[in-house]
Amino acid sequence: MTVQELPGAGAAAYRPTPPPAWRPRTDPAPLLPDPEPYRVLGTDAPLDRALMLRLYAELIRGRRYNAQATALTKQGRLAVYPSSTGQEACEVAAALVLQEQDWLFPSYRDTLAAVARGLDPVQALTLLRGDWHTGYDPHEHRIAPLCTPLATQLPHAVGLAHAARLKGDDVVALAMVGDGGTSEGDFHEALNFAAVWQAPVVFLVQNNGFAISVPLAKQTAAPSLAHKAVGYGMPGRLVDGNDAAAVHEVLADAVARARRGGGPTLIEAVTYRIEAHTNADDATRYRVDAEVEAWRDHDPIQLLEAELTSRGFLDDSAKEAAAEAAETMAAALRERMNADAELDPMDLFAHVYAEKTAQLREQEAQLRAELAAHQDEDEGER
Amino acid sequence: MTTVAAKPATMAQALQRAMRDAMAEDPTVHVLGEDVGALGGVFRITDGLAKEFGEDRCTDTPLAEAGILGTAVGMAMYGLRPVVEMQFDAFAYPAFEQLISHVSRMRNRTAGSMGMPLVVRVPYGGGIGGVEHHSDSSEAYYMATPGLHVVTPATVEDAYGLLRAAIASDDPVVFLEPKRLYWSKAEWSPDAPTEVAPIGKAVVRRPGRSATLITYGPSVPVCLEAAEAATAEGWDLEVVDLRSLVPFDDETVCASVRRTGRAVVVHESTGFGGPGGEIAARVTERCFHHLEAPVLRVAGFDIPYPPPMLEKHHLPGVDRVLDAVARLQWEAES
Repeated sequence: MTVQELPGAGAAAYRPTPPPAWRPRTDPAPLLPDPEPYRVLGTDAPLDRALMLRLYAELIRGRRYNAQATALTKQGRLAVYPSSTGQEACEVAAALVLQEQDWLFPSYRDTLAAVARGLDPVQALTLLRGDWHTGYDPHEHRIAPLCTPLATQLPHAVGLAHAARLKGDDVVALAMVGDGGTSEGDFHEALNFAAVWQAPVVFLVQNNGFAISVPLAKQTAAPSLAHKAVGYGMPGRLVDGNDAAAVHEVLADAVARARRGGGPTLIEAVTYRIEAHTNADDATRYRVDAEVEAWRDHDPIQLLEAELTSRGFLDDSAKEAAAEAAETMAAALRERMNADAELDPMDLFAHVYAEKTAQLREQEAQLRAELAAHQDEDEGER
Repeated sequence: MTTVAAKPATMAQALQRAMRDAMAEDPTVHVLGEDVGALGGVFRITDGLAKEFGEDRCTDTPLAEAGILGTAVGMAMYGLRPVVEMQFDAFAYPAFEQLISHVSRMRNRTAGSMGMPLVVRVPYGGGIGGVEHHSDSSEAYYMATPGLHVVTPATVEDAYGLLRAAIASDDPVVFLEPKRLYWSKAEWSPDAPTEVAPIGKAVVRRPGRSATLITYGPSVPVCLEAAEAATAEGWDLEVVDLRSLVPFDDETVCASVRRTGRAVVVHESTGFGGPGGEIAARVTERCFHHLEAPVLRVAGFDIPYPPPMLEKHHLPGVDRVLDAVARLQWEAES
């Protein structure tokens, strides 16, 4: 039996039938998202105390990480930093929901998710510091390279999940993309392939309101981004992206569904990009402060902290411990990023091919000679 | 393995056999593309693979080239060796972003920790009476992208050997199949395949002393025919089949030009910005003092590929090659 013949795929079974015998292949109703973003905080739903405290500690650490990376950018230690401030619930939940053997496919705004999954923050920031592109071996933590061309990492997640399924391995891929990325062709192709192959993939769309400056209204006329799932024959889920408990639950459900062979899920997490697109952007040109303030009142950390405090899960000492751990991380990050990166210009030629071409060997020799000549000049001047 | 006597085989059969042998030897080799399953591809190059290895190994994908190559990237990330079929040259363009932004630079981006051992097979070139978007020579686009190998066979034997080498390569290979040679035949024994042709090695198809024709893919037979015709004029032309555009075999090409002192580059691709400009520059930079005449180019005109009823005027043919040879300043010698 091929994977396309497994239950749920239906690819082999479907044959066109002339009207009036024609029927839709599946009932679209169960695929539709909830009418409102799903929420847990502020309801009387039971909460896993240990999980909530872990989410809380990671949110605090994540917010501090965002602040530190932004500060390092202002100090010239990073070339650019696309902050996920305000979106930490999505970033952290995406990391915590995966098992060790699973794969994360982050975009450039998702360094926090990579760090929360266990990646060294300095390695996570290599791309943005500019000393190399991907600062880590993707196999080590099963984190694909931070992807800059929007949505192009989504088909990679589908292919990897499909390959794992062909091998019979228990692997789920979680792919992250923004609201702007859903307009890309690769978003469409990835979701379509995933559904046809019933690949164990979860697509997490963080709808943070803006693609740099362009609001969602200019991006799509869909009822919601989650509704797009229905067209592919996969379920769409809509969740409050600042409700860490809700995001974790919806992601966990989708991951479990993928793991048991139920196929892909599209999740739209409604959140907000509190900071500008990057340090190089001026958000005052396209949005008003009042909107930002409204979202600050729906802050993922405040929402979780209030809930956990009222339930008696969180006391002052736990809060202090989380803050202290975040501060320790930030101090270490600061110290390491303030040291100049060690660069070897010869690395420019080292990894283009498994084996250097004759042309690259020539060019490598040229650069080496240029560097040696400069060194001789420098020594001569001294 | 029993040795079977050589009998006529087509390039299409050799390509099919290369994939079949690779799939049989290595369970990580997967073929995917449009219509590659039950149909065997529009050119039947994957004929029988789905039946022999199952649809999980030879997979009909949805009709979306970026999705095909993008998912192949993910499969390669997980340790498979995908062999992607693009249905026609011009249908490969939707996959350019995946090819350029990911396939070509994944190894470099990850400082060598994640290679991309995948093959993108692209039927290319004209001469088959194809309507618009079915006859492009797209090699210059691929050559301009560091991190890719760009390979194209001109013979039945090389079709097998080079495709085996491409599938075995740890780097991504754009494998350009000259579609008008798919049905060309040669004495070739599929059960005693010759050694796998190394990627990056050009070969002298016809030795000669007067001038060198530097060519590849669909233009190789044209140049061999031109070389035969040229004997009537007293020219003994050498024909170099590049086989691999990237990596480029400067050594073989320059050794030939230094021997003959004259060179013409022949290809179907447009001349302006085409491979011939790069090749002529490389030859001139390295062989200047051996040259008796400027390196000339015989290429397709700088026009969008013409409609089939006019393509014969566009494609470099024997006469155009001989005209170029005639312009190699022979008078200066006497």
